[in-house]
Amino acid sequence: MSHISPVLWQFLIHWLQNFAIFPPEASTIAPYADALYFALVGMTITGVVLVMAMVTFFSLRYRQERHPEAVQIEGSTLLEATWTLIPLGIFLVFFVWGALLYFRVYNPPPNSMNVYVVGKQWMWKIEHPGGQHEINSLHIPEGVPIQVTLISQDVFHSFSIPAFRVKREAIPGRYTTVYFEATKPGKYHLFCTQYCGTDHSQMIGWVYVMTPTDYSKWEASNTSGASLAQNGERLFASVGCNACHNDTASARGPNLANVYNTRIRLTDGSTVVANEAFIRETILNPSTHVPAGYAPIMPTYQGQISEDGLIDLVEYIKSLDSNYRIQQTLNKSQISSAQASTEGKTVPAQGAAKP
Amino acid sequence: MSTIVSLPDQSTAKLPAKSYLNQEYGLKSWLLTGDHKRIAMLYLFSITFFFIIGGVLAGLIRLELLTPPSDLMATDTYNKVFSMHGIIMVFLFLVPSVPATIGNFLIPLMVGARDLAFPKINLLSWYLYWIGGLFILATMVLGGVDTGWTFTTPLSTHYVNTHVVTAALGIFMAGFSSIFTGLNFIVTIHRMRCPGMTWFRLPLFVWGHYATSIIMILGTPVLAITLVLVGLERIFNIGVFDPTKGGDPLLFQHLFWFYSHPAVYIMILPGMAVISEVISTFSRKRVFGYTAVAFSSVAIAVFGFLVWEHHMFIMGVSQYSALVFSLMTMLVAVPSAIKIFNWSMTLYKGSITFETPMLYAFGFMGLFTIGGLTGIFLATLGMDIHLTETYFVVAHFHFVMVGGMLMAYMAGVHFWWPKMTGRMYPEAISKTAAVITFIGFIVTFFPQFILGYLGMPRRYAAYPADFQVLNVFSTAGASILGIGYLLPLLYLPWSLIYGKIAGNNPWQATGLEWQIQSPPLTENFPEIPIMDHEAYDYEWLANKTHHEVQTVG
Repeated sequence: MSHISPVLWQFLIHWLQNFAIFPPEASTIAPYADALYFALVGMTITGVVLVMAMVTFFSLRYRQERHPEAVQIEGSTLLEATWTLIPLGIFLVFFVWGALLYFRVYNPPPNSMNVYVVGKQWMWKIEHPGGQHEINSLHIPEGVPIQVTLISQDVFHSFSIPAFRVKREAIPGRYTTVYFEATKPGKYHLFCTQYCGTDHSQMIGWVYVMTPTDYSKWEASNTSGASLAQNGERLFASVGCNACHNDTASARGPNLANVYNTRIRLTDGSTVVANEAFIRETILNPSTHVPAGYAPIMPTYQGQISEDGLIDLVEYIKSLDSNYRIQQTLNKSQISSAQASTEGKTVPAQGAAKP
Repeated sequence: MSTIVSLPDQSTAKLPAKSYLNQEYGLKSWLLTGDHKRIAMLYLFSITFFFIIGGVLAGLIRLELLTPPSDLMATDTYNKVFSMHGIIMVFLFLVPSVPATIGNFLIPLMVGARDLAFPKINLLSWYLYWIGGLFILATMVLGGVDTGWTFTTPLSTHYVNTHVVTAALGIFMAGFSSIFTGLNFIVTIHRMRCPGMTWFRLPLFVWGHYATSIIMILGTPVLAITLVLVGLERIFNIGVFDPTKGGDPLLFQHLFWFYSHPAVYIMILPGMAVISEVISTFSRKRVFGYTAVAFSSVAIAVFGFLVWEHHMFIMGVSQYSALVFSLMTMLVAVPSAIKIFNWSMTLYKGSITFETPMLYAFGFMGLFTIGGLTGIFLATLGMDIHLTETYFVVAHFHFVMVGGMLMAYMAGVHFWWPKMTGRMYPEAISKTAAVITFIGFIVTFFPQFILGYLGMPRRYAAYPADFQVLNVFSTAGASILGIGYLLPLLYLPWSLIYGKIAGNNPWQATGLEWQIQSPPLTENFPEIPIMDHEAYDYEWLANKTHHEVQTVG
């Protein structure tokens, strides 16, 4: 083999040893996706072989030397029907099969752990419910269904984990979700697959799938001290939400306790489900989402709260399961503003708002 | 019911004394011409020019991707290179490729007319094409644009400071050029068919172009509106696509793909139209299932308007609307399958020879079948999640656009080269080029399917080292493909002077265009023909040839 360049030789050896045509199968979805893929590859091979066989056979059998006289044939309705209906039937099978998988990936089970992901040029910011923040890496436990709620703070991005066979676009201005359950501990690629400008190809990271015990250790050692809901609680007070949303007799805004995932009647008569997207949207564009019975007096927070802050607020509002929590927030902020004023400092307007 | 067609003796063929090429001389006679054949030639020259630029950019992309880091160019440069490659290839090459050159040349000849319905609008469309082309060239010279050919908002409107508006204006202009071409074709096909030329006596080439023209005039205005909105948003910040102002970035996706998916059919239908003619001619046999092939073109044009959302399955659209669009996409795949089977059956009991156009047509059938069936992967909702935005998509649309359309274009150029120029191309070397193109294409784009399933994202200037080997294959294939495209660029001009003289009907084809001199007269037909037989009637041709021989003898 001395006549082959050593570089090329090494290259070939390396390739043959590492040749892969499938990414690792590391989620509960992956085997289903791969099965569908195999079926589709099978269909493609059948189709191509069929066409190639016809073309090759006819070319050999009816080439001019062997078959100097062409026989004119108009067509055949039976054949047309055959090759219309059989492909149609096959395609419809794949339609149903693919639709089932699609609904599986995009409709998380209700008990999933929620992780928020904010895309920005050119990084992934990941927020765990316990308040752990990560950039361009995602630590998750195996065997736990995980719902990723995505949003972008600038342009379109796309959150792709090939080993899990899932992908979802992160869109400015709206939440999207994707779900997966990792099955194999390891380190897997995380890509941005929607072109997002200069460093699109650097917007990559790693997904670390850990055993549940390792994950608990990681969680404990990476905590920032406050959960998302706790951060949200602080923000709720500091931007003055509690001035109106406080469940007192004179409150000008609706009580937010237990509001998450309930149906709400709006002033225009329609009803909506108060999910994450609705809560976020209402903070940014309150005037278009006024609940029935309330005046449209809430100011917009467009441009004042970052996407991370909105996630904190959403998590906080989701966590409100009784009036008790709101009252607590209210008290805390009154105490802190009272403290502030006794110290002779300027009283922040939002903190001072009296019910 | 059987026909023997023997090729004429080319040694006795002579160039006609008078033709559209020597009717008038001088630059002005070309730049102010109303003759559809001369305008077709202007287009042929122009799109070849842009194809060379787009091809060089493709070469740069493949060179950069030879190694994992972005070492040949900065990421920004790479982004501009792939954006310009896409914009030039889609809007300045693929969309006008067959219709504006071969279609422009042939539609009046095939329907038995002296010219298109509006010769001056035809010339205007070429000028608009060039205004668009100059804007695109200006974009490149001024520093490029890095939005990709898809101009995704809000990236294109608020987050890049490259020449988005210049490029958008260029595409806007080129779009009007294609609207005018479509308009001209539709009016010509409706109003200017010669006596006896009923709809079902039209060659399938004309049917394909009729379907294409419908998409051109209904779809392209939407692209124009979309690009204007992008410009307004960028300059005046009007907020249609900006969520903080109450707009919706998904609206852009809907508008853009409402044009750009049907545009895929603008690009492929004329290619299919060419294949029908070529397969029939070199099998000496009428196209199997004429009406099925004709109506499948129209079906593609109609269903093609109802599938755009399949580009947005992972973008947070309603899951139920995704269902509808997935189903429609499955339906639009059926007419293409019908065509492939009909072409295959056309070969049955034919009398087949393997000239260059036929080799390209076989290449088309193989590659388009793969390209079409991999489209089913992407229409399948659950599979699309994993495959979209990866190299699988890149491989899929290059199989359709390059493996399909470019093969068909090369088939068409070689097939009608004798008619357009009066001279034959050199057969041996052009067969070699066809084979090289096919091999180069497979080596370039097949590995990209595997890369896509492995998860390599599109539009990456740098990629993880795990993907390198397949990228090396792809780049190696691209250099083979480059040779395949370089050869015709050399031997076709050579044949203009040294090629054998073709004669009227070197392939013994049945179309009206082959019954007149090559190259044709400016007025096409000395007297308007009367169509008294069906398309692809080889018995009529055999009788006619026999009759001519008797008369001469």
